[in-house]
Amino acid sequence: MNSAVITFPGSNCDRDMMVALEQVFGKAPAQVWHRDTAVPDNVDFIALPGGFSYGDYLRSGAMAANSPIMREVKAAAERGVPVLGVCNGFQVLAEAGLLPGALMRNAGQRFVCRDVALTVENTQTLFTGHYDAGETITIPVAHHDGNYFADDATLDRIEGDGRVAFRYAHATNGSRRDIAGIVNDGGTVLGMMPHPERAIEAAHGGTDGRRLFASVAESLAATA
Amino acid sequence: MKKRIFVTLKPGVLDPQGRAVHHALDGLGFDGVNDVRIGRLVELDLADSVTDEAIGQMCEKLLANMVIENYRIEDAE
Repeated sequence: MNSAVITFPGSNCDRDMMVALEQVFGKAPAQVWHRDTAVPDNVDFIALPGGFSYGDYLRSGAMAANSPIMREVKAAAERGVPVLGVCNGFQVLAEAGLLPGALMRNAGQRFVCRDVALTVENTQTLFTGHYDAGETITIPVAHHDGNYFADDATLDRIEGDGRVAFRYAHATNGSRRDIAGIVNDGGTVLGMMPHPERAIEAAHGGTDGRRLFASVAESLAATA
Repeated sequence: MKKRIFVTLKPGVLDPQGRAVHHALDGLGFDGVNDVRIGRLVELDLADSVTDEAIGQMCEKLLANMVIENYRIEDAE
């Protein structure tokens, strides 16, 4: 499986993501720099990592969403290549218009950094097949701008289409309807604030994140 | 020419920063503050050839996030 991790200036979870992908996929991902103008031709999976791309100037993810490499990521997403955005990566995907809504400052104004309980809402996506429907899992969050906002009509539409992948089991950051992660209408792009790459090994305190990558690996193997 | 772009949250979008500032003003003893909304001011120094349409595109593509924000353009001079 050929994967790629995009590194923006200010990304700080790119190495963790690369380790996670290599462990679960069995092959090291390509590291792609924000000024690169292409992702590898044969790429099967792209991850946008957490961090503070471009210092999160203007709005979190806004500058990264307009960087050269994001044109290529958009093109790959339109071809159906699965894309995962975690934390800042979710903010970038929302700013780039690949996912609906926006991530605003946490309602409590504070940076939230702790393990959170998530409810798996949809196990029919290529990212969530290894979870049980309605299961509660534990994955860490670490963000200041994770307060998911979309208007009521958009929320009703994505809920109706089963596009909420993960929900906070307890209010965490003010997100509307406690949404923690959503997929695009094709189900091939997932954005989530919690960090699955930080829950890969027992030493991390939990391995619930590992199953997300295992789900991707199995889904892609099935379609290869 | 110089333009000022005011980027503000859309009505109905909760503003945690505004609420915190409102609370702080209350704490300082200022009465009668009904609401506080925080926005952003962007000052642009532009060649005279830049059209209003282009400025609007700058706002919609980058300066404002149209999911949550509105913008208003004013002449700065």
